[in-house]
Amino acid sequence: MTTIPPGAKAPAWTPSEHEVARRAVRRRLRRRGVLVAGVATVVGLGLLVALVVLSPGWQRVQETFLSPYHARQALPSIAEGFLLNVAMFMVAEPLILVLGTLVAVVRGTTSPWLTPLRLLAVAYVDLFRGLPTLLVVFLFAFGIPALQLQGVTTSLFWLATAALVLCYGAYVAEVIRAGIDSVHPSQVASARSLALSQSQVMRFVVLPQAGRRVVPPLMNDFVSLQKDTALVASVGVFEALFAAQDYGNYNFNYTPLLVAGLFFVALTIPLARVTDALGRRVAERERGGR
Amino acid sequence: MTGSAPPLLEVRGLRKTYGDRVVLDGLDLAVDTHEVVCLIGASGSGKSTLLRCVNLLESVDDGRVLLDGREVTDPTVDPRDVRRDIGVVFQAYNLFPHLTALDNCTLAPVRVHGVPRSEAVDRARGLLDRFGLAAQADVHPDRLSGGQQQRVALVRALCTQPRLLLLDEITAALDPELVGDVLELVRAEAEAGMTMLLATHEMAFAREVASRVAYLHQGRVLEIGPPAQVLGDPTEEATRRFLRRVLPERPPGAPA
Repeated sequence: MTTIPPGAKAPAWTPSEHEVARRAVRRRLRRRGVLVAGVATVVGLGLLVALVVLSPGWQRVQETFLSPYHARQALPSIAEGFLLNVAMFMVAEPLILVLGTLVAVVRGTTSPWLTPLRLLAVAYVDLFRGLPTLLVVFLFAFGIPALQLQGVTTSLFWLATAALVLCYGAYVAEVIRAGIDSVHPSQVASARSLALSQSQVMRFVVLPQAGRRVVPPLMNDFVSLQKDTALVASVGVFEALFAAQDYGNYNFNYTPLLVAGLFFVALTIPLARVTDALGRRVAERERGGR
Repeated sequence: MTGSAPPLLEVRGLRKTYGDRVVLDGLDLAVDTHEVVCLIGASGSGKSTLLRCVNLLESVDDGRVLLDGREVTDPTVDPRDVRRDIGVVFQAYNLFPHLTALDNCTLAPVRVHGVPRSEAVDRARGLLDRFGLAAQADVHPDRLSGGQQQRVALVRALCTQPRLLLLDEITAALDPELVGDVLELVRAEAEAGMTMLLATHEMAFAREVASRVAYLHQGRVLEIGPPAQVLGDPTEEATRRFLRRVLPERPPGAPA
């Protein structure tokens, strides 16, 4: 170790022999970890696959659920139907987010003037969280057109989407409320001390912090919503699941159901990875390891 | 350093960087059993980083940390084995807000050290009582004042009966009138023979409790020695400049 005269530019640092050895050990430990992970995965999954493949009915299952022929045949109509699922949740998700946030914020207000709104918010959450989603879809798709209201759509697509928005808005409102509650009161205190108004505190300090924390559970709800767009099959909207069932009923083969399932999974997995990556980036920027 | 036994804590050539910033640059330091070593230096001089490297909250980029002559920066060492013997108190208290003061203090003894709950509770209550916190034992941290929180944090660190106590500017976030209470406890522990390595801004306190004072500058110990020497008659110009900035003005007429 050489001493550096004060003020002089430090010479380029080279790791000591000890550090070089330590890095080698760290590398070895990391390699061993990767090896253990690999072996554990292969053995674990291998056992699971063996269990299925060696079962007595495997031959039969393969024919009815895993037929490449039927998969190809059903693919175009399932893909077409799936576009409808995508459209439905693309419309619903932003609306749900807005509705859920509004309801959560309203529930957190304290002004006496807003008491009726607060009661409404509580009643809404209690009701729609409790009702089976399928029931709400039925009510909207068949009940609202039966009212024969002027100017209200009779499109099953839009009615079913509205039903999903209302059901999921209630879940999301609770998730966001939990996020709001998790922000430490000292944050509100310091924002108020800067003379921010009640709504400014909410908008600029509390909600941004709450939002970050609720991303994982929100993803849960959105993935769940994407799957629940298949519920509208029951009111006759020709989306992916309905297309698959339709094909299956004519051809006595369930492979199309599996194909439809793959469509849903193919959409949600990349989405989950992207949100994870985004969350990590925010955490790295803001936390600084301390 | 005297005798053949290795010092309790020894740091050799420690280097730590964050990106391009070199925080510790080949730092050497040794702390013997029952010694109280105060780290002083400007903010950013690496005091906190050094403490965090000692209890392995940070991985080091070079050099080594030895406890009882055993290298703990070896990647094959389980950090938990090291941390069991080290108590840490942070500048911002870092109490767990979801646990009462008492539960904060019994968590590690019960879960890590295998102390029976009743015994851990007795010990924690005893310490809380001694530190004037008997009435606060069943209260959650957010309801306590800063000084009370920091004393609870000290009790929490002591409840595991550590061999080494690391204190990271524990009075920096406190009101001046609360500082005294906290430092009183540290003084009592020092007198009871606890080995401590502490980063501090309280020069008067360092002068009083420290066995030795170390001045950190540009990631190294620039000067180390008895407090009277380092604080009263430093040999390095950088130390003198630092002390002029942090020590209160000398009264008029006092010797320069």
